[in-house]
Amino acid sequence: MLTDLDTRNGPPDAELVNDAELAGLDHLELGEERTTPWGERLWSQTWPKVAAIALVLGAWQAAVWAGWKQIYVLPSPLMVWNRLSADIGTSKLWSAVGTTMERAVIGFLIAFAIGAVVGLAVSASRYVRTAIGSMISGLQTMPSIAWFPLAILLFGRDDRAIYFVVVLGAAPSIASGVISGIDGMPPLLRRVGHSMGAKSVALYRDFVLPAAMPSVMSGLKQGWAFAWRSLMAGELLVIIPGKQTIGTRLSFARELSDSEGLIATMVVILVIGILIDSLVFSRLERTVLRNRGLAARE
Amino acid sequence: MTLTFDHDNDIVDVAEASPRKRTPALALRRVSKRHGAGTNAVAALDSVSLTVERGEFVCLVGASGCGKTTLLSLVAGLDQPTSGELEVNGRTALMFQESALLPWRSAAQNVELALKLRRVPRRERRDQTMELLRLVRLADFADKAPHELSGGMRQRVALARALAQEADILLMDEPFGALDAITRDVLHDEIERIAHEQALTVVFVTHNVREASRLGDRIVLLSSRPGRVVEEFAVDVERPRRIESPQVSEIAGTVTARLREEVRRHAH
Repeated sequence: MLTDLDTRNGPPDAELVNDAELAGLDHLELGEERTTPWGERLWSQTWPKVAAIALVLGAWQAAVWAGWKQIYVLPSPLMVWNRLSADIGTSKLWSAVGTTMERAVIGFLIAFAIGAVVGLAVSASRYVRTAIGSMISGLQTMPSIAWFPLAILLFGRDDRAIYFVVVLGAAPSIASGVISGIDGMPPLLRRVGHSMGAKSVALYRDFVLPAAMPSVMSGLKQGWAFAWRSLMAGELLVIIPGKQTIGTRLSFARELSDSEGLIATMVVILVIGILIDSLVFSRLERTVLRNRGLAARE
Repeated sequence: MTLTFDHDNDIVDVAEASPRKRTPALALRRVSKRHGAGTNAVAALDSVSLTVERGEFVCLVGASGCGKTTLLSLVAGLDQPTSGELEVNGRTALMFQESALLPWRSAAQNVELALKLRRVPRRERRDQTMELLRLVRLADFADKAPHELSGGMRQRVALARALAQEADILLMDEPFGALDAITRDVLHDEIERIAHEQALTVVFVTHNVREASRLGDRIVLLSSRPGRVVEEFAVDVERPRRIESPQVSEIAGTVTARLREEVRRHAH
């Protein structure tokens, strides 16, 4: 069969041919989208978690049945569960959780403010970087509990001692997230920013900070983990009379040899940590990565 | 605007070009650029003189190390010549081998950012963006993220973004180098059409002599280390052209022969 090749060289038809070619290429290259049904996705997300929890509870129950420790030292999962359900109905638990969460949020926000400012300063100035750049990673390796004796001497048994350590624990992670995010920005994007005429504020707002976001997010996530850990250590060491917190509950449970109450409180700590991480930080991090095509869609 | 540079990189003379006289879009007079200082200095460009008329499509061809990227940076104002005189009459926009789209912005938002940085009022941005995306035939993909687009589509978004900078001089640094041959052919037609419609001046850097012969009104052959203008070739072939046409091949042949001669000089 003869095809009319001549039209490819004539101006009026070339336009149409080109349009169709372009559209054809575009659709060929994009491929087809594949979606998994909602139910299937939920199931594949859920069962591994359920299995892991079942495994831990199973091992725990086995230790109880084997009589490894006396039952008032190591209670069974069911006993702890009953205690936890009873505690959840009391306002005492909730006011303790409230006080602790207030400290966590305020401490984390202060750490965020300081970490962000320090991170920006280090990434912007060669001198600041030389002066404190390596100190930031050094601080990250310092166990936060080692700060408490000093904090108590400086501030007494007071909220400020706790905030001091929480901020020292979390701020370095946040700062180094900011620093590595800005350092890791592709030079080409910076060049694009310059060539588009973006200067100082606009360059940071539209190019540098968004480019740094994935790393900033993981810095925040790590910062939260450090803040939460430091806070728990702090609440065990810095007990302020009359103030109910998760830490004081742990402390009192140990003094009263109330191991059911102690483990129930530990479960609360674990659950709060997991919830905040998965509902806030991991979710933010995933959104940021997914928007850039850096993480697979579930 | 004319900027004259002496050897210390200082601006010596700033003179407004007369608007009445027909000025070229671009003029380089004995422009040299050395990177580094003292004995370690490397000459990237050596006394390059080049004039590009308004609406002209000029292709710069050369082997590695011919300072093509340096030349574009100078014209874009990202860097300053060590010596010589550089005249740029109009706004420039750069395109790279990679699209360099911001991955956190959709196609439309990438174009819109250029408008925002130019202080186009917010309510006009959306319409102008869509108009530009229609021009590169990507209006249907406005809300896609760069990673959801193919390489060729990303380059078209980058082109729309460059046009959003209201550039009359488009500086293209091997923009189609990373694309497959079919896509590249179609994009040649596209850039030819758009440059014509928008009356753009284009400086197009490429390693590909055939591509240069397909696109350029003129081909400028540069030598390597340091970059110098070796020879210029006028491409008198009627548009629209096809890359496989005998006239284009013939010119590509001539330029390639000269380029190879130039490359052989570096054998020792």
